[in-house]
Amino acid sequence: MITLENVSFAYEPGRPVLDGISFHIAPGEAVGLIGANGAGKSTLMKVLLGLEKAEGRVMVGGEELTKESLPRVRRKLGFVLQNSDNQMFMPTVYEDMVFGPMNYGLSREEADRRVDAVLEKLGLEALKHRHNHRISGGEKRMAAIATVLAMEPEAVLMDEPTSALDPFNRRLVINTIRELGQTRVITSHDLDMILDTCSRVILLSGGRIAADGPTEEILRDKALLEAHRMELPLRWQG
Amino acid sequence: MDKMDRALRELGQMDELAAGDSPVHRLSPWVKLLVTLGYIIAVVSFDKYALSGLLPLILYPLLVSQLSGVSLILGLRKLRLVLPLVLAVGIFNPFLDRAPLLYLGSLPVSGGVVSMLTLLLKGLLSLLASFLLVATTPIDSLCAGLRKLRVPQTMVTLLLLTYRYVGVMMEELAVMSRAYHLRAPGQKGIHYKAWGSFLGQLLLRSMDRAGELYASMRLRGFHGEFYYAPSRPCGGRDLAWLLLWLGAFALLRLVDLGALLGGLLRL
Ligand SMILES: Nc1ncnc2c1ncn2[C@@H]1O[C@H](COP(=O)(O)OP(=O)(O)OP(=O)(O)O)[C@@H](O)[C@H]1O
Ligand SMILES: [Mg+2]
Repeated sequence: MITLENVSFAYEPGRPVLDGISFHIAPGEAVGLIGANGAGKSTLMKVLLGLEKAEGRVMVGGEELTKESLPRVRRKLGFVLQNSDNQMFMPTVYEDMVFGPMNYGLSREEADRRVDAVLEKLGLEALKHRHNHRISGGEKRMAAIATVLAMEPEAVLMDEPTSALDPFNRRLVINTIRELGQTRVITSHDLDMILDTCSRVILLSGGRIAADGPTEEILRDKALLEAHRMELPLRWQG
Repeated sequence: MDKMDRALRELGQMDELAAGDSPVHRLSPWVKLLVTLGYIIAVVSFDKYALSGLLPLILYPLLVSQLSGVSLILGLRKLRLVLPLVLAVGIFNPFLDRAPLLYLGSLPVSGGVVSMLTLLLKGLLSLLASFLLVATTPIDSLCAGLRKLRVPQTMVTLLLLTYRYVGVMMEELAVMSRAYHLRAPGQKGIHYKAWGSFLGQLLLRSMDRAGELYASMRLRGFHGEFYYAPSRPCGGRDLAWLLLWLGAFALLRLVDLGALLGGLLRL
């Protein structure tokens, strides 16, 4: 579903943030992208979405990411931003949720049906007609996830989906991610969440891939994690 | 700071007003746009001494306010920042144009005073009409309406993004000034030495955020068209509203109803 070949990227010349990244993610796979602050996780997502232009090859759904293919590639991807305030831009949650589907040519009735289905699945019916500037940070995160799911993308990218959530909503997000059939790429510092949702982990450090393998294997490797400024998941700490 | 918070809340309040429900809210946005435009053209095109002819046009904001439940007092409060500007434009007229134009009883009133009042009223009425439009039409529907009136896509997108950008910038300003005052307790305002870096930061931060917002729109398939704004088909009610008001404006513009009534009273 997603393939990167030797991808490099720098915001400023001479200071690479991504440095020769290659990996392949199969359809339906759930991959956790981990690494310390500033490791380049968010940047990698921006490159995947074509928001930043990198060197090397990016393939999504069998199609190379180029200027021409960008609209088609983006249509396959759904992105939950690290900061939900920047994701929700319509006055109400409902309007934000129909925004994507209707831009992609769905009728209002179809869009409405999708919105209701997603809200019901996430148990968020009460949020539907709330104003975006009146809901709490956690509610906004849930709503942001809902807007992305309403687009029914082939792959979902989530940047820190559980930060700022209370334990109940965190659990809700984890269960939601687990049940998704789509390809998933999730960044987080919440390694317990990664453990619950992803079968594979890619560890970024200094713009390179420091490790790539089964979640259990990597997240149990105390020496590896500590070498890259991280700690064991909470449940495995002393 | 609470001043910032209040300003923020006011911006959100416009969104909420616009999301309300009333016969006026339910009208098609482009009809409302046309009527507002017609109204402003009628108001502005009056002669600079035509105070009496202008007076009956007050009916429009009064009636729309009644029908929509949006209070004009609230409008005046929101316009308080712009109104002094209107005042400033006309303030010198009484000094420049001293020839008596009419007599109130035996008191001569100079042309300058009349033209100042006329200008003030023109500004006030145009602003109120615009306020009522924005308060009864969500910004996205408004943009969709503009597109329907063939306003170029780039301009409409710019308008929409500006509206959002102002909101984002004010949020950033609120966060930053709170952070500043937590570390400068008891200080009034922001010390002038910090202005430069404060403004620079504000600009960078809000540009970053606005960039992300726009990216988030593009990622959801936005290419400058407004498919998603609630578009109701234009019905008989919309057409009636359009024709009635445009007719009324034309009539009031051509016939000096105020002077006519004044004349009747004098008889
Ligand atoms: N717009 C930008 N311009 C210049 N440098 C940037 C920009 N955005 C990020 N960087 C730098 O790129 C590096 C990687 O940033 P990135 O946001 O991808 O990290 P991250 O892994 O997502 O970190 P976090 O865990 O804190 O979210 C950092 O050193 C950061 O300072
Ligand atoms: Mg990040």
